[in-house]
Amino acid sequence: MLELLSKPLVVVTGKGGVGKSTVAAALGLAAAARGKRTIIAEVSARDDVWQVIGDAGQPSTFIERRMRDRLHHISIDPESALEEYLHDQLPRGVSDLLAASRLFSYLAAATPGLRELLTIGKVWELAQERRRTRGGKPYDLVILDAPATGHGVAVLAAPKTFAQAARVGPVARQGSIIHGMLADPEQTAIVAVARPEEMPVNETLSLERALRDQLGQRLAAVIVNGMLPDRFSAAENERLAAAPPSRAVRAARTLAARSRRQRAQAARLRRGLAGVPVRSLPFLFTPTVGAEDLDRLARELARS
Amino acid sequence: MSVARRLEGKRVCICAGSGGVGKTTTSAAIAMGLAAEGRRVAVVTIDPARRLADALGIRELGAEPVRVAPERFVGHGIELRGELWAMTLDPKRTLDDLIGRLAPSAAARDEILANRIYRELSSAVAGSQEFTAVAKLYELHRSGEWDAIVLDTPPSRNALDFLDAPDRLTGFLEGRALRRLLAPTGLAARVVGRGTGVAFTVLGRLTGMDLLRDLRAFLGAFTDVLDGFRERARAVKALLSDPTTTFLIVTSPEREPAAEAVFFRRKLREASMPFGGLIVNRLHPLSAEGDEVDMEALAADLQGDERLARKAARTLRELRVLARRDAEAIAELSARTGDPDPILVPQLPGDVHDIDGLVAVHRWLFASDAERARMLAEAGF
Repeated sequence: MLELLSKPLVVVTGKGGVGKSTVAAALGLAAAARGKRTIIAEVSARDDVWQVIGDAGQPSTFIERRMRDRLHHISIDPESALEEYLHDQLPRGVSDLLAASRLFSYLAAATPGLRELLTIGKVWELAQERRRTRGGKPYDLVILDAPATGHGVAVLAAPKTFAQAARVGPVARQGSIIHGMLADPEQTAIVAVARPEEMPVNETLSLERALRDQLGQRLAAVIVNGMLPDRFSAAENERLAAAPPSRAVRAARTLAARSRRQRAQAARLRRGLAGVPVRSLPFLFTPTVGAEDLDRLARELARS
Repeated sequence: MSVARRLEGKRVCICAGSGGVGKTTTSAAIAMGLAAEGRRVAVVTIDPARRLADALGIRELGAEPVRVAPERFVGHGIELRGELWAMTLDPKRTLDDLIGRLAPSAAARDEILANRIYRELSSAVAGSQEFTAVAKLYELHRSGEWDAIVLDTPPSRNALDFLDAPDRLTGFLEGRALRRLLAPTGLAARVVGRGTGVAFTVLGRLTGMDLLRDLRAFLGAFTDVLDGFRERARAVKALLSDPTTTFLIVTSPEREPAAEAVFFRRKLREASMPFGGLIVNRLHPLSAEGDEVDMEALAADLQGDERLARKAARTLRELRVLARRDAEAIAELSARTGDPDPILVPQLPGDVHDIDGLVAVHRWLFASDAERARMLAEAGF
């Protein structure tokens, strides 16, 4: 799994509620532990990772903040990305005028794919050796905690879509450059996170197809999150089935049945994704995922 | 209080909540339960699991509900005295159909449907699935053909997308300044404000798209449809706030969906929309029996296998960690949503993507309070 972290950009994607942010955070911790200056980027003004690892400071958007040694965080919103982009591209007076214009923000919002492009454009900027953001220091690794799958592909495909639709002008040119990075497996590793359940597995399989069709990319890895322990042998399961249904027996049967279903789904996923490395992370029997749990998952990822 | 009691006298039931908590299955089970009571029910689902869609016969995206054949339920322990109809929403077609109904002519309709701005608004913008879901709900309601309509909602992180849906499109289009500025003729067209001119020029130069032309064409074509749209948005809002409508919030006890449920409850209150209660799926029920396990008795039950007894006891301890977490989450959810007695549905042992799964969920949703308490006690860890 660690070879992933040698690319400048890792995109972590998957259906909502599968533990995408948890995996992004664990990858970030693993990378920082190996001496890489890393930033985890969340989008649409989310800050789930910050909530767990960062200190209890106020949420804020579009600011690069340090969470641990070598591990940083940013929450990207398209509005701030647009503002930064305008300031970067235009003379001061014009950019201020536009940033304050309601009509302009309406138009920008209605422009096909522009929000996605601005979001991914900022991610690209973070991954540059020579940063465009004033005073920005380069990172060895950017980990994008992408939006839930369907929309995730839209974000990744935005630069290409845009470059094709616009054809000329600075955005088209920049779109091609960003697309070049996203479509290059040497520079960008796309990791899908799935729970071993029917819907997330379906979604991951269709994500693989969408990536190929829309981006010409493959999944670099799939992480199956929340695998229950396969604890009981066939003989033990028989004894459990024959026993009176006390609480412990029911608990054991419940776990065995769920684990069996999970393994069937994980197998279906592996079959559907021939050639893509599939790794799993254990289900955590904890009330909430805290910083220590993330450290544990980071170690698991480093081992696999 | 059971779902049956909560839905007495209701004609529209909207199941809201984040994705991945069993919302579609819950919606289908509720609709099935109302049909079992003798009502004629339509359920509108959004992106159901393939096998659930197959079980109901709605694999294809549809424009109208289709009857779920009564034979599908035979032998599954439920009898439908009424009728269950179901559909999987086709958002784009629903919106295109609506444009078709509101446009004054076929030519006007085609011009709108082909416009780049319209295509963006209709397919890419996050609000469109929400918009079309309520648009469809309204159509079905207005047809008067249904005793009850159950709406599954799109998995959206931002609950506002749903509640704002009726306003979203008209809100954008109604910016009066926008329309005046873009009108193809008139004084305003000649004295376009400087800032506006710059906005269009810069955006056009940056993106290489002639947005002004697209937008002008769109609004020109859309003006005729706009009044109908505005009227429609008002009617939809009125329906969502109607006393015969109710919102059920579906969640799991996990942190993120629970936070979303609380958020959505607040938004409902702010929008003065009717809250019918909370459904908490995927629960690990906590038994009142405590942590102690009689290891000797357990080993005896397991044919003297002490190692297995230890493993089973450990599994019980682990599930009780989750059960306690769930109990705390439910207490908090209950306090923060103002539902003193949420409907609890445990993580079910089997698969819920077929008719048997629906029947199992239905049992929990429609059980009387006393029955449910007994079932929870039996299922507790």
